[in-house]
Amino acid sequence: MGEPIIEISDLSFQYPQQEREALSHLNLKVSTGAWVAVIGHNGSGKSTLAKLIDGLLVPKNGTIKIAGTQLTSDTLWDIRKHIGMVFQNPDNQFVGANVEEDVAFGLENQGIPREQMIERVRTALESVGMWEFAQHEPERLSGGQKQRVALAGVIALRPKIIILDEATSMLDPEGRKEIIQLIKNLNQENDFTVISITHDIEEASLAQRVVVIDDGVLVQNDKPENVFQRGAALIESGLDVPFSEKLKNEIKNYGISVPQQYLTEKGMVDWLCQFVSKN
Amino acid sequence: MNKVILGRYIPGKSIIHRLDPRSKLILSFYFIIVIFLANNWQTYALLSVFTVACVLLSKVSFSFFLKGVRPLIWLILFTVILQVFFSRGGTVYWQFGPLSLTSSGVINGSYVFCRFVLIIFMSTLLTLTTAPLEIADALESLMSPLKKIKVPVYEISLMLSIALRFVPTLMDETEKIMNAQRSRGVNFGEGSIMQQIKAVVPLLIPLFVSSFNRAEDLATAMEARGYRGGEGRTKYRVHFWRLKDTLACVAFVFLTTILLYLRNW
Repeated sequence: MGEPIIEISDLSFQYPQQEREALSHLNLKVSTGAWVAVIGHNGSGKSTLAKLIDGLLVPKNGTIKIAGTQLTSDTLWDIRKHIGMVFQNPDNQFVGANVEEDVAFGLENQGIPREQMIERVRTALESVGMWEFAQHEPERLSGGQKQRVALAGVIALRPKIIILDEATSMLDPEGRKEIIQLIKNLNQENDFTVISITHDIEEASLAQRVVVIDDGVLVQNDKPENVFQRGAALIESGLDVPFSEKLKNEIKNYGISVPQQYLTEKGMVDWLCQFVSKN
Repeated sequence: MNKVILGRYIPGKSIIHRLDPRSKLILSFYFIIVIFLANNWQTYALLSVFTVACVLLSKVSFSFFLKGVRPLIWLILFTVILQVFFSRGGTVYWQFGPLSLTSSGVINGSYVFCRFVLIIFMSTLLTLTTAPLEIADALESLMSPLKKIKVPVYEISLMLSIALRFVPTLMDETEKIMNAQRSRGVNFGEGSIMQQIKAVVPLLIPLFVSSFNRAEDLATAMEARGYRGGEGRTKYRVHFWRLKDTLACVAFVFLTTILLYLRNW
């Protein structure tokens, strides 16, 4: 887990013509190679945070340091090279005329020679399993495939950090699973730091750390098990708990004593087996 | 929308498909100019044979070309009829007031007809065998000398290629909005002209708003991927001028020479 790659201190941001700050006095550190999920209800400031990290928005006060460099208008473009972002709508972020050109777009922007580009586009597309679709136009792809292409576009740039701004929210369960699995592999094999902003609690439960934001304030930054243990409090702040936690609550309603701590799906299965064999 | 042949692309692997889009664009324009040099039946026959040869080489079904002519048939007939009945000279077959049917009128009319059909055939051939983006590329590369007089060639071509890439997406969206509005009781294409125009408003406004949102999202995504303008970018998509492009040009030079020889001066 090395040293922090993202350091945010006392970050505040306010959209023009809005009374309330979208983010206020936020402090956050993300260590290299980590997978962090940021959760919060609609309008809690999650996407704003992602855009601030990438320098797409300018903070009101506070500092952001990426890989030791402070984000300013001078260092902006260098810092952006370290960060790859995948956005929510697969259609609106597809720039190229077909798959391979879209993946090449970021490389073209960096002025990478064509021979190198061809090779990097190919490896990136192979890593997301889309190489055979290289010549396809966006209208011939499904939503999940388009998001894979967006991911390949980011991978080709070889950033240190990948930010997923609700990248799975417009996909069907199948596509969502594929993308999450893909990200998991990338995080483990290539040491990418992943920040995923999500509404999907199951996705968040897979992360190493979960950051909860409520109305622009960082409420909790902890391991998933510690975050989800607060079950009722989470539901009150407009969020949800993973399936295993829900199941636990249902069982609790039958007057059966259940373990206090959060259980993953596998943990839940183990506990149920034990419980059944005991009684 | 499927009826419009003009501007549609049919993927294929024929020799014409594989030509450099720049040479195809230049030569199509050149051909249209050359057509105006023809002024007797030998020259028109030559150009027709040449066009048919090109069409055969492209291996695209002939019916596509006929469909390309169809939407313009009334314009063509109107022009031909004007030519036939209002030209004077040669043997007079029939006369009534200002209208007259003369031998030169008939000849002129058939020349105009040939000209129209040949021009439509050649431009259809260009669009049927060249993907829209290749045409955009060709335009960019042919416009590049204009950079010297500060024309933002790169930006124009980026706009063109993004516009082309979003055509199908926006068509889909139009269809969706139309169906959504239909399900809420809007009648498209019915009633008086005023009513029809009013029915378009609930289609147009959502389409505009969503285009703004799309543009915003796309701009953010492009910036996040390091887009800073045309300066210092490399290109992934490149075209190569090959021997067959030179040969195509030679064929056209040859055609022009014969044409000039056969032409009535």
